[in-house]
Amino acid sequence: MDWGSIFSNAMASALGPDAIVYALAAIGLNVHFGYTGLLNFGQAGFMAVAAYGLAASVATWGLPFWVGIAIGFGAALLLALLLGVPTLRLRADYLAIATIASAEILRLVFGSVTLSDWFGGSNGRQQFANTFYDMNPYSSRLDFGLFSFSANDAWVFTVGWFLVALSCLAVWSLMRSPWGRVLKSIREDEDAVRSLGKNVFSYKMQALILGGMFGALAGFMLAIKQQSVIPTDYATDITFFAYTALLLGGAGRVLGPVIGAIIFWFLMTFLGGFFSSAASIDLIPDVVMSDIQASLVRFILVGAGLMALMIFRPQGIFGDRREIAIDGR
Amino acid sequence: MDVETSAKGREALASVPNTPGAPKPDPIVVGDGITRTFGGLTAVDVEHIEIQRGVITALIGPNGAGKTTLFNLLTGFDKPDAGDWSFNGNRLAGLPAFKVARLGMVRTFQLTKVLSKLTVIENMRLGATGQRGEHFWLSMLPPLWRAQEQANTERADDLLRRFKLDAKREDFAGSLSGGQRKLLEMARALMVDPELIMLDEPMAGVNPALKQSLLGHVKSLREEGRTVLFVEHDMDMVRDISDWVIVMAQGKIVAEGRPEQIMADPAVIDAYLGAHHDADLSELDEARIEAEATAELDQEAKND
Repeated sequence: MDWGSIFSNAMASALGPDAIVYALAAIGLNVHFGYTGLLNFGQAGFMAVAAYGLAASVATWGLPFWVGIAIGFGAALLLALLLGVPTLRLRADYLAIATIASAEILRLVFGSVTLSDWFGGSNGRQQFANTFYDMNPYSSRLDFGLFSFSANDAWVFTVGWFLVALSCLAVWSLMRSPWGRVLKSIREDEDAVRSLGKNVFSYKMQALILGGMFGALAGFMLAIKQQSVIPTDYATDITFFAYTALLLGGAGRVLGPVIGAIIFWFLMTFLGGFFSSAASIDLIPDVVMSDIQASLVRFILVGAGLMALMIFRPQGIFGDRREIAIDGR
Repeated sequence: MDVETSAKGREALASVPNTPGAPKPDPIVVGDGITRTFGGLTAVDVEHIEIQRGVITALIGPNGAGKTTLFNLLTGFDKPDAGDWSFNGNRLAGLPAFKVARLGMVRTFQLTKVLSKLTVIENMRLGATGQRGEHFWLSMLPPLWRAQEQANTERADDLLRRFKLDAKREDFAGSLSGGQRKLLEMARALMVDPELIMLDEPMAGVNPALKQSLLGHVKSLREEGRTVLFVEHDMDMVRDISDWVIVMAQGKIVAEGRPEQIMADPAVIDAYLGAHHDADLSELDEARIEAEATAELDQEAKND
């Protein structure tokens, strides 16, 4: 078994474009769920409208790349408003249902035959990020010794981690301010906040928009890194993997989603590589499972790991045990 | 104003008649025809209510009388089926709860609502109004709000000392005892600097020692010139600190008056304790059972 390549693949995945996309999506969910208590199960929808806003603008309508980015952000803003106005006055679980439903509706609309002239149906849209790659300063592979990135991946890697750092800085500066205090208070008890003269609806809307903007960044990075958007990339599992990353790192902590995304992708790739090579060299006999089946064991293990985390360390890696203890009172 | 307002308010109450919905000389809250139904049940049906400025008014009544519902309606936490009410001359009907609070009418809750995972001092800071740092864009520029935050923190620390919570300053509010939570909620409401503070059962679940200091705190609110309206079941507290008592039963105001008059009012005693409260129940029962038994025997005798 080639431990070296399993490990270096896992490292490349943990620090590469995959982790960046999930870190950004999870930072958005952290603003929604970790700080404000909004149960947004439709982060995939925010990612999809941004990615398709960019891809269709450039590939279908021939607009410049940066106009496409602006349209993508605009679409995410519009989605936040459309979702928020009817649901933010209701209890948290209604928002969860409304967001998961609208993310699915968006995915089906983007994949629909009727609109395939715009969005390309199930084939999606390709080759819309040339402007981005034209700016690439790297001309050859970027070598980190243990693993290396192609020139294009290296550019995504550089811009991506810069965006993650910028997002963390924004979240940190917002959440230590009185504005962030209002969000955290809404998470604890919105009636109490209302009784003190704060417009709770407005704050929830601001939080929904802000988290949606981080989701839009994640959607852009996902679309750009593969120069392609296809509807299946924006299915609900991306939302739930982002939640896994968030809970792993610790909700309500600035660096929680980032560390969570890195660990999540390291484990996913490491376990996937380990099980498929174990099956291919017959360490796991074919009678037990084929190598295709073996590569899926990682999902079971990650799920089991998440359960263990919830039982033994519910606050995540960065969380404060004292905070969790309060819930038990 | 302060002490003067409250003294004047109390004096003025002397001439107010003891009729439900009696007009007051200087009302801070005036309400008319406020009704709220839940399905077939009329929870609140108040024809007229006035709350005198600068005094402590108690709202009492048996469970289910509609006291808390009236609180919710007045403060915008619930919408009535009909009715109109004003605070300091501003119409409040249809106004959302946060705007009511901004006008200076702040309430607490029967089940305390502290923000468990925030520290005590952060709970307090939240109460301050007009914070520049609570605007999204300004919040990212600390120099614009740091001085205001400092001033709010000083005011919060003063209040924490007054309510003897300063030792708990950095603790999570969720780790406080029930009584301390009541104190924190009251102190936090004061951060809004309200003219009228509405306390929903401030004594529920508070131990007797803390009760005495809570009583003192409520009285001190009046001395500061604030108006207090509170819901309470603890009759000792009502007798001890209130200047005026409004009695509700089945959604209506059934009586009003100074506490010593109210405690002697037969309508109140009926509403609270039932019409037969001073009769010996065992005697009543015996008489009734005997009558029933006789009737039954007669019936049997007839059938035979």
